[in-house]
Amino acid sequence: MRRLTWFNATSLTLGFAFLYLPMLILIVYSFNESKLVTVWAGFSTKWYGTLIQNDAFLDAAWVTLQVAVVSSTIATVLGTMAALVLVRAGRFYGRTLFSGMIYAPLVMPEVITGLSLLLLFIGIGLDRGILTIILAHTTFSMAFVSVVVSSRLVTFDRSLEEAALDLGCSHFDAFRLVTLPIIAPAVISGWLLAFTLSLDDLVIASFTAGPSATTLPIKIWSSIRLGVSPEINALSTIMIAIVAVGVITASLITKRASLRQQADERAAVHV
Amino acid sequence: MSQIAFEPWNDPNAKPLIQFKNVTKRFGEFVAIDNQSFDIYEKEFFALLGPSGCGKTTMMRMLAGFEAPTEGTILLGGQDIAPFPPNKRAVNMMFQSYALFPHLSVWDNIAFGLKRDGKSKDQIAARVEEMLKLTRLEQFARRKPHQISGGQRQRVALARSLAKAPKLLLLDEPLGALDAKLRQATQFELMDIQEKTGTTFVIVTHDQEEAMTVASRVAVMDNGKIIQADTPQVIYEAPASRYVADFIGDVNLIDGVAEARKGAQETAPAEPEAAKQAEPEAAKLSEHEAPAAASERRVPQPNARGKWLHDKLFRYILGAREDAPKQLPPPTPGESEAAATASRPDVIAPGGITIHWAEGQPPLIVSNGDPALAGQRVTLALRPEKLGISKDRPESANALKGKVIDIAYLGNLSTYHVELANGLMVKAQLANTRRVAQRDITWEDEVWISFRETAGVVLSE
Repeated sequence: MRRLTWFNATSLTLGFAFLYLPMLILIVYSFNESKLVTVWAGFSTKWYGTLIQNDAFLDAAWVTLQVAVVSSTIATVLGTMAALVLVRAGRFYGRTLFSGMIYAPLVMPEVITGLSLLLLFIGIGLDRGILTIILAHTTFSMAFVSVVVSSRLVTFDRSLEEAALDLGCSHFDAFRLVTLPIIAPAVISGWLLAFTLSLDDLVIASFTAGPSATTLPIKIWSSIRLGVSPEINALSTIMIAIVAVGVITASLITKRASLRQQADERAAVHV
Repeated sequence: MSQIAFEPWNDPNAKPLIQFKNVTKRFGEFVAIDNQSFDIYEKEFFALLGPSGCGKTTMMRMLAGFEAPTEGTILLGGQDIAPFPPNKRAVNMMFQSYALFPHLSVWDNIAFGLKRDGKSKDQIAARVEEMLKLTRLEQFARRKPHQISGGQRQRVALARSLAKAPKLLLLDEPLGALDAKLRQATQFELMDIQEKTGTTFVIVTHDQEEAMTVASRVAVMDNGKIIQADTPQVIYEAPASRYVADFIGDVNLIDGVAEARKGAQETAPAEPEAAKQAEPEAAKLSEHEAPAAASERRVPQPNARGKWLHDKLFRYILGAREDAPKQLPPPTPGESEAAATASRPDVIAPGGITIHWAEGQPPLIVSNGDPALAGQRVTLALRPEKLGISKDRPESANALKGKVIDIAYLGNLSTYHVELANGLMVKAQLANTRRVAQRDITWEDEVWISFRETAGVVLSE
């Protein structure tokens, strides 16, 4: 173990301060007694209390959650299918074009995606609401899922599927029983990616949301225009806590799984 | 081992299990299999052998159902298999990468195919246990594939592909991932399992030693064609073409022009002094053998106590003591005649051809060559182990002078690279029955390469 030099310690402190100081300030001020965000007036949890009674925020949170779960699930199914075709179908006419088009939404400015979706929904006469947000989020997060899943499929040994066919599986059974369990980690991380993208999307949601449904990011954004209230600080702190718990749990599970696998492999060597 | 040799391919009444009928497979412009017809019989261990890209894997994938022939038909038990997808064929395959399902235990891997057949739980469990026992994997049943060694994985793959009791088992380079020692052991295990289960095996390999070890017949392939399909012995000793001779094992190829031999006439002047030289040596040999034979005739005699014990007790159980030594029955006249001709290297078999291979060199005598080849360009294929190497001129049908350029010491064998008078390099192999320090032939030595008139195989272009 090398000891920290002064230089290393300084850069570490500065780096972490840069990343986490804003969040720290937000968390600290969510416990502020005063209504004024920038003036510390003593510790209090009253803003958490008022937040729970704020129906507008709670509704928005519920809509956001629904949108995120549904859109990321649909995006995972479609994105996985797209990845399968692009990786597996070999060379068909227009393959390069198709794969390029799958990845286009990744680089497309969100404003343009949002605007074009808005025009489409108006054009086909679809009322803006929770359905249009779900559709919009599915559209752009599907591209991310397909990137994640296809990068896993590239290294997937085709002979595993052939072995399943050889042993009497139909093509669908081979996918269900062999391919899917093996690529499951990639599919799950694709889903998580889609879920978080949907959770924090502001631009596309603001184009496609209607008066009947508002997502949390839109709600926060619009209430900030009326001044930053400590309620929003409290809400943000709760979101940070949820995300932190999620990330820590996920990494603990992965760590434990990899430790178990290492132990298994050691045991196998000694046989 | 039964006394009747297993060779259904020589039996006109035997029904082949697999028939390829004018099968062609093209990938775009590339012809992978070029109009091939051949049969594989039940219980055969058939090897497809060839360099990579020769079409052997395509052949196997067509049998498994992963590729369809462009033209022609493949029959399995007399039935065209083209309409059956891989999951409906009584054919299973063991993949080169083993393709074990990493998320399933060894037990579940083996049970995978059985579950697809909708068998009852008890039936599946019984069959899996049977397979585990056959492949000696009982104690690893609950392990995942990444928790077992390469050799064990190979056996799991074998057990899984055998579990459904297929009519035909395909093995795609099954031992490629194992190290040399384990590979040898596994080859015998494979043969053993094939014999026990009575399944027809088709193995694809590029390792000629492996093919020769395990297979009842070997098909040597090149460029989408089977060049020769026969038993390992025939493939090795009587290759049909230069390609086969060269591909299987090491070989010396000597090009030349054939000339018919004039029967016995040439036998006499071949080496008159050779015959004379042989005689004293034969005499010496028998002299040398004489004391050894005498000592063998002496039978150990019992001492007094032993004699007493025998006469009082053992005589009644074992019968009278024989004083005369036990001997094999004397050889029949036919046997002794055969032995006499075989042991006389100086008598050169009549017939065949001579091959003029170099200016100013005596022609090579090849008694098993076809006289009809006279006047044609031919190649004499000689295996290195069939060549003798000595410092003095040996009494042999063919003796060629040369110089040792290189010696490859392989442990059990040494290969001598000898440059002949016309610059041709030949390899001669000698078993290292003596230790290195005692070998008398070394680099730059003038040596004689000799071989019998029946040692080689004549290949026409």
